Amino acid sequence: MSARDDIFNEIRRALHVKGTEAPRRRIVQDRLTNTPKGIVPARGQGELTERVATFREEAERVSASVTEVTAAADVPAEVARYLRDRNLPARIRFGDDAYLAALPFSTTGLDIDRGRAAANDQACLSHAFGGVAETGTLVLTSGADNPTTLNFLPDTHVVVLEAKDIAGDYETVWDRVRNTYGQGLMPRAVNFVTGPSRSADIGHTLLLGAHGPRTLHIVIVTE
Amino acid sequence: MTASPTSAQFARNAHQAFEDPQLQKALHFVREGFVNQRAAAAARLPEFESLRDSARDIKEHTLAYLDLYLEAYEKKVTAAGGIVHWARTPEEANKIVLDICQRHGAKTVTKGKSMIAEEIGLNDMLAAHSIAPVETDLGEYIIQLRHEMPSHIIAPAVHLTKDQIEADFRRNHDQLPPTRDLGEPTALLAEARAILREKFLAADIGITGANFLVAETGTSIIVTNEGNGDLTQTLTPVHIVLASIEKVVPTLDDVSQILRVLARSATGQDLSVYTTFSTGPRRPGDPDGPQEYHVVILDNGRSSMLGTDFGDMLRCIRCGACMNHCPVYQAVGGHAYGWVYPGPMGAVLTPSLIGIDKSAPLPNASTFCGACESVCPVRIPLPKMMRHWRERQNDRKLTSSSQRAGLAFWGYFAKRPGLYRLATRIAMPLLAWFGRGEGRFESLPLAHGWTDSRDFPAPQGTTFQAQWANRRKPAIFGPPPAKPPTPQASTSANSEVQP
Repeated sequence: MSARDDIFNEIRRALHVKGTEAPRRRIVQDRLTNTPKGIVPARGQGELTERVATFREEAERVSASVTEVTAAADVPAEVARYLRDRNLPARIRFGDDAYLAALPFSTTGLDIDRGRAAANDQACLSHAFGGVAETGTLVLTSGADNPTTLNFLPDTHVVVLEAKDIAGDYETVWDRVRNTYGQGLMPRAVNFVTGPSRSADIGHTLLLGAHGPRTLHIVIVTE
Repeated sequence: MTASPTSAQFARNAHQAFEDPQLQKALHFVREGFVNQRAAAAARLPEFESLRDSARDIKEHTLAYLDLYLEAYEKKVTAAGGIVHWARTPEEANKIVLDICQRHGAKTVTKGKSMIAEEIGLNDMLAAHSIAPVETDLGEYIIQLRHEMPSHIIAPAVHLTKDQIEADFRRNHDQLPPTRDLGEPTALLAEARAILREKFLAADIGITGANFLVAETGTSIIVTNEGNGDLTQTLTPVHIVLASIEKVVPTLDDVSQILRVLARSATGQDLSVYTTFSTGPRRPGDPDGPQEYHVVILDNGRSSMLGTDFGDMLRCIRCGACMNHCPVYQAVGGHAYGWVYPGPMGAVLTPSLIGIDKSAPLPNASTFCGACESVCPVRIPLPKMMRHWRERQNDRKLTSSSQRAGLAFWGYFAKRPGLYRLATRIAMPLLAWFGRGEGRFESLPLAHGWTDSRDFPAPQGTTFQAQWANRRKPAIFGPPPAKPPTPQASTSANSEVQP
């Protein structure tokens, strides 16, 4: 008998079931279809301005830096300022994201690279699918628009987050993912990012920038 | 398996641990850091306790329908272009991984942190077939350099001090100038980052564990802080996920409940830095991500735990809170437990996985203070299950004959309440009189096994039952009785032998 059959038989023997019982199958199907919500903490809830404020507070708590701009057109200048202030080269990479592509980067003098991250990239830019106020978490989705490598290879990761996309909780994000990609479907990768990379494995000291970005800068567009 | 288990020699391992000054220095962090951080995170979230209930209920529900959720999960993975493999044993799991590696002519394999990989001894198996496994989690990388097992399920190198790690780096990174300055932890981090970055880019296959599998979408989830798991699974052409049958949860909403208690219980973070949801291989048009996505689901005795006294153990989400709060773990660290899973969760799980005959001391390496259960995010009754193992040891005559005789002697009285009361009423004042000087006994006849390593407290004059009867009387009309002292988590004599 195959390993698979053996394992399923053993589970069913232990649970005293056959696996074909209609009521059991219905309970499982209902849960997978209706995706009941559990307890949603009050912390992230509130009107949009409250959610933006909570998101910002929580993201800063985990060592991300956050700025707000009132118009998308202001994003390139903010990105250029951030790189300049940190003495980084005036160069950044992003993917095929239409929102980012429409921004007036030509006014900034930044050199722009496109596509997936390269090993020696210093700074990359992503457009977040959303944010979660509860924990200051960015939600990034894979694909040509915002390749996953941008989130992990560079030393500096800058993320543009539209205020309207800041949800109070993870559950609201999942509803949006289902609406965008289809019920039960996901992009190849969904990355929750809560602050820059860190480790406490060396002498129990918390250090930033273990393997992923040392710095995470979030630009919230409030228009 | 990873190295043969030394769990049977727990006492000897523990003695060595006591005498290791570096280890004792490092364990300070477990006692102070982890414990305080969890308490602070729990205090900051008013819903924390009800989320623990919710997490427990979700795991309990999933286990009751485990066959159907695993079926649903497999179907979704397949639909997303991934391949699910099933392994009854560590040998089968290793064979599956090896076949994939050999099919791709793999020379090096990068690895995210995976306890299943430790459980099946994957690294040794790969090395034996001339495939170099490279651990990329910093803690795992450090212990790989030292040829050690993890001493903690979420902080594998927690037993090491910065100076030890510096010495390991100097010994192993001998291509770098010996005069370089590694005085600051940041210098060590930068060095490991640079070395491992090359490995990420050169690897043929990336292997990660999975914190959860989601049936709704066929998704595997890893939870990390470093980003190593993501580089492992994004940069290589093939991603292999190692998981076990109890990792499945129904939906994304369900896993969100559990994620809210996982990091808080583990490191005291509200959420770990990277929570990554992976579903299948690279899609058409994707510029990055693996071209092949495999999931190996291991049983290794777990299915036969379902529905037994140890079934609740399958709720475990591997946060490490039980060991962080365990006075025994805090005193001796993880290596004393002698196998992959240390602490209270290991004391319950290890006997299930490798046999109680090979791990007999583990369920006894406990003060039964209950701290583990009180912090477990999914409320696993760990002390109760350790007691079940002790019963089985006794039934299977794996304990010493004098211990069984002593228990039988006590059992004779315990089953006869009248006789028990009479005997204790006579014995207690006598013992109290003998112990009146010190308030404790440094040795007792026939009980050297107990008193060799701890004192036996002298009774205070009357029995518990007599005191209980006395306290209840005035409580009806008079003021409430004085609060009993808070039980202390300590390795000294506890009330284990009392009814």
